Amino acid sequence: MAQTPSADVDRSRTQVAPSEQYNYDIVKKFAIMSIVWGVLGMGVGVWIASQLAFPFLNFDIPQITFGRFRPVHTTLVIFGFGGNALFATSYYIVQRTCQARLFGPKLAEFTFWGWNLAVALGVITYMLGYTQGREYAEFTWQIDLLITVVWVAYFLVYLMTLLRRSQPHIYVANWFFMAFILATAILHIFNNLAIPVSLFSLESYSLFSGVQDAMTQWWYGHNAVGFFLTAAFLGMMYYFVPKQAGRPIYSYRLSIVHFWALVFLYMWVGAHHLHWTALPDWVSTLAATFSILLLLPSWGGMINGVMTLSGAWHKLRTDPIMLFMITSLSFYGMATFEGPMMSLKSVNALSHYTDWTVGHVHSGALGWVAMITFGSLYHLIPRLWDTKLYSIRLVYVHFFLATIGIVLYITAMWVAGIGQGLMLRAFDEYGNLSYTFIETVVFLHQPYVVRALGGGLFLAGMLLMAYNIYKTVEPVRREAARQVASGRTETTASASRA
Amino acid sequence: MDLWYWITDLNNSKMVALLLFFSTFVGILIYLFSSRKRSERLESYRFIPFDDDEPDQKHQDGKHP
Repeated sequence: MAQTPSADVDRSRTQVAPSEQYNYDIVKKFAIMSIVWGVLGMGVGVWIASQLAFPFLNFDIPQITFGRFRPVHTTLVIFGFGGNALFATSYYIVQRTCQARLFGPKLAEFTFWGWNLAVALGVITYMLGYTQGREYAEFTWQIDLLITVVWVAYFLVYLMTLLRRSQPHIYVANWFFMAFILATAILHIFNNLAIPVSLFSLESYSLFSGVQDAMTQWWYGHNAVGFFLTAAFLGMMYYFVPKQAGRPIYSYRLSIVHFWALVFLYMWVGAHHLHWTALPDWVSTLAATFSILLLLPSWGGMINGVMTLSGAWHKLRTDPIMLFMITSLSFYGMATFEGPMMSLKSVNALSHYTDWTVGHVHSGALGWVAMITFGSLYHLIPRLWDTKLYSIRLVYVHFFLATIGIVLYITAMWVAGIGQGLMLRAFDEYGNLSYTFIETVVFLHQPYVVRALGGGLFLAGMLLMAYNIYKTVEPVRREAARQVASGRTETTASASRA
Repeated sequence: MDLWYWITDLNNSKMVALLLFFSTFVGILIYLFSSRKRSERLESYRFIPFDDDEPDQKHQDGKHP
């Protein structure tokens, strides 16, 4: 294998075990919390999907009605499951690719407690009925401030670790993570500019109004998809796919084109969420144009990831972790084809305000984000605890449950969304609407049942993963505790002898 | 001077933005693909994730004993 120009840097480091050389403790905490929030968030998701099919599941309890539980679901899966996975993998990757220990262990610890406190407070406040009413940014203003402080700490930890690197070059995965950290900071601050009702109130008014407010919201909303759910997970992909495949990324130069094109284009596309509204038509057109352009870097990145396996496709027959990663890239390619198509005004006229959008989001969120996270965590966790996975067979079962679940989910939503869209705009020969609204609701029942079933399969896979990881980690923890206890006993015995 | 007036005229902002961004993109492509030596250097960075590989392969995700 060829060596980097810096491969001979400080070889003495290799004398030390990675668990001692690097700060794995913080990575472990984030990795475990990712799984905990993942189980809860996906559980809530299946619950609200079932509520849509069978509304009696509300049980007339306000705290668990769809309106309050839906932001609980999105917050838990995006910021709880996804966010913790990103903290874990970014802290791991920056240390391993810079060959430097993480800067500021206490600051990193603060990011863990601060971030997870924000997620937990978010869940509690939503269930109590407090929300800012901005999609994927429902946190009340006090929690927004906490997140800002945590994010600045995250930026400092990451940047200072990069600065103390032994490698002369910063590996491309870190570029994606830095873009994610910087863009998320800008998005979070500007989208959440608000005037609190009073110092002790959980309520606030947005600084923007009318169409500007909508535009700020969707500039944030789509860039949350672009930088939080795409760029950052691409950082994960650029490290873990080569590592799991045992081969370097297909083309480093392509990854550079991918990075610059992606971060430049994503910033402009948010307004495609507001076609056919009070938004100026030229803004809509601009957003749709950039959305179409975005297909090129997205597919460039997908091809770069998939072609990493070039010459080693047989690994897919024997390695379920690789299956997760390559399938996630396939879903990434599919979702980034569907997205630009849906951003076209004519397609959007049919798809918007229907369940097609929900299906599209989930083909990205489950297919791309969750699958690459599963693959990365299955790779990462045995290395963090210096052990083997409890069961590879369970990883296979997880993979097939997840894949079948996603396929059921998105096909049900295609049927629901396209059918709903067609029914809502069908006219009879006299120009009257052909269907009443309630007829579209009745039509949606069956696809909603199938969607809940698909989500249930995906959740079952997540539960299996939690079990597999528990059985992987627990013996190591027990052994470590036993060693500590026996060490204590020996110390006490020698002290009493003395 | 006429060119400067054309650039600063807000009516031409879309064309100016297009020229700026497109030439930057083309510049990145030229930088990446024009020199064989530079290409080799850039491609050598692909191996960074393997620089601190552990010698043993016990994590290779086999079945738990």
